[in-house]
Amino acid sequence: MAEVLVLVDHVEGEVKKSTFELLTAARSLGEPSAVVVGAPGTAQKLSAALAANGAEKIYVAETDRTDFLTPQVDVLAALVGSASPTAVLVSASADGKEIAGRLAVRTGSAWLNDVIGVAGGDGVSATHSVFGGAFIAEAKSNTEHPVITLRPGAVDVEATAGAGTEQQVEVPAASGRGATVQSTEPIVGGDRPELTEASVVVSGGRGVGSADDFAVVEGLADALGAAVGASRAAVDSGYYPHQFQVGQTGKTVSPQLYIALGISGAIQHRAGMQTSKTIIAVNKDAEAPIFEIADFGVVGDLFQVAPQLKEEVAKRKG
Amino acid sequence: MNIVVLVKQVPDTYSERKLDASDGRLDRDATDAVLDEINERAVEAALQIKEANGGSEVTVVTMGPDRATEAIRKALSMGADKAVHLTDGALAGSDAVSTAKALAKVIGTVDGFDLVLAGNEASDGRGGATPAMVADLLGVPALTHAREITVDGSSVTVRRETDDGVTVLTAELPAVVSVGEKINEPRYPSFKGIMAAKKKPVTTLSLADAGIDAGEVGSAGALSSVTSAQPKPPKSAGEKVIDEGDGGQKIAAFLVSQKLI
Ligand SMILES: Cc1cc2nc3c(=O)[nH]c(=O)nc-3n(C[C@H](O)[C@H](O)[C@@H](O)COP(=O)(O)OP(=O)(O)OC[C@H]3O[C@@H](n4cnc5c(N)ncnc54)[C@H](O)[C@@H]3O)c2cc1C
Ligand SMILES: Cc1cc2nc3c(=O)[nH]c(=O)nc-3n(C[C@H](O)[C@H](O)[C@H](O)COP(=O)(O)OP(=O)(O)OC[C@H]3O[C@@H](n4cnc5c(N)ncnc54)[C@H](O)[C@@H]3O)c2cc1C
Repeated sequence: MAEVLVLVDHVEGEVKKSTFELLTAARSLGEPSAVVVGAPGTAQKLSAALAANGAEKIYVAETDRTDFLTPQVDVLAALVGSASPTAVLVSASADGKEIAGRLAVRTGSAWLNDVIGVAGGDGVSATHSVFGGAFIAEAKSNTEHPVITLRPGAVDVEATAGAGTEQQVEVPAASGRGATVQSTEPIVGGDRPELTEASVVVSGGRGVGSADDFAVVEGLADALGAAVGASRAAVDSGYYPHQFQVGQTGKTVSPQLYIALGISGAIQHRAGMQTSKTIIAVNKDAEAPIFEIADFGVVGDLFQVAPQLKEEVAKRKG
Repeated sequence: MNIVVLVKQVPDTYSERKLDASDGRLDRDATDAVLDEINERAVEAALQIKEANGGSEVTVVTMGPDRATEAIRKALSMGADKAVHLTDGALAGSDAVSTAKALAKVIGTVDGFDLVLAGNEASDGRGGATPAMVADLLGVPALTHAREITVDGSSVTVRRETDDGVTVLTAELPAVVSVGEKINEPRYPSFKGIMAAKKKPVTTLSLADAGIDAGEVGSAGALSSVTSAQPKPPKSAGEKVIDEGDGGQKIAAFLVSQKLI
């Protein structure tokens, strides 16, 4: 069976969950080959997890290069040439989209971006969910070895062991025309789940009224083991940091449960959350558009309703 | 310093966006079109660099239908000096790879560019890779998702901010830099700026003018094709109750009934 290249996303010696999703998706197209690009000594920390999640082969491309994202592009481009894979799968993160786009330009491949599913058979095709889930589009590749970025969280991981045979890959020298990394500071995640991966999200809007009062949103979130989100109005008013903004110019989330507190439900906010399985809204204004997409809505003051809900949740947890 | 800014006209996000069911393309007639907000920020960043570096010139480049001239006018009225508009019927249906190829060709027609500025992600396609693809084609570094840009003589340093963290990147010019949402607040065009924009030069290029092979772009050159596009049935409203002191309990009961808690 033909190979499918999977670029491994790793941080501090650990494989990111999105990579396991890629390995699962890759199996529907062929035999997954994981590609590890990193500093010397990286692969040995990752191999076991990659094999346990279905990597038949692990390409080890270790290098001291400090040019930004270019080693990944160079290594994948070389492997596309030598391994003729059915497809190349990369996570649809900011870095992943760039790596994939540059690779597609170099290998003359179709670039299927931010897909939620892939299918093999007669050529490779992919499913896109666009405009915040308002449209579902199917696209097919017209080229060999399409480069596909998969949206994190779109595919459920099904771990199946693979052989995990390691193969060393030579990393070419830097061309000298890349950007150099001076320093990096990874985002330190708090105790709450990551916004785009969380199964429950509690978001606050302008109706929360102040940064201090966001404690009400956080309190309910913590009772539910949820991530906290915010509308742009809440972010712009300085109530909550930008990285938590949900919507067209923020994160797209699709949790099992989304609770909107003091959010009116503008189209740009909806674009980031309307594919949530269940939506609950609390808003003082009975006419707020958020109620149009809420499975259950309470017309009322969030400062009354949210703490009461938090108590009920705590009670049930015992 | 010669600065090129890549700008894209996009459907106004205040109106509803649609995909055409027949070809899966964005239905651009269904919506009002505006200069993408992120590109206003890219223009602002260019103007600030120009103001700090005497003798600089800012050229706006766009690929899009005829009516993209409105987006060009907006950028010129903010203070950009001139514009190049690549427009050709054969471009319709271009995918990201061919868009990047065409843009790289057009940038090549701008004399001795030092810096190409772009948005990190367009609000319609949301591909988020065009700037990096263009950089790869031009053989120059890509410094993307900039929160801060510092140009110092012949080098550029960018504070790159994404979900995964902050990275400080540096490169020699020429380079491509894409800006993130937090880079700046774009200026409003002044009345004087709007009047002046009417006299600023706009070069319109066809594919042939730009030396681009029509077979490499548009539907003809598409590396992927949309085979179907369906609107998802909109979510309908569920139950709505008025809080009578038991709103929180009612939500809890609903969540229990749905097995969510
Ligand atoms: C819903 C949707 C999904 C799509 N999915 C895919 C896909 O999976 N694969 C694929 O190959 N194509 C896809 N396309 C087409 C692709 O988006 C466009 O062909 C291409 O123009 C890239 O645009 P973007 O909006 O993704 O740009 P981005 O890469 O998000 O734009 C970033 C910046 O690049 C610059 N830029 C982008 N386009 C232009 C332009 N025309 N003129 C000047 N500057 C520009 C701007 O500065 C912009 O801010 C899709 C389009 C839509 C509407
Ligand atoms: C290009 C563009 C991109 C955008 N991108 C985004 C985006 O990514 N995400 C986003 O969210 N927005 C985005 N917006 C902004 C969007 O249009 C709205 O302005 C924004 O979502 C409004 O936020 P809000 O609902 O918190 O505020 P408002 O619309 O002001 O709503 C506040 C709500 O709180 C209610 N309220 C007040 N007090 C209480 C109380 N005590 N209890 C209960 N309810 C109360 C009010 O009734 C009201 O409905 C974008 C806009 C543009 C133009």
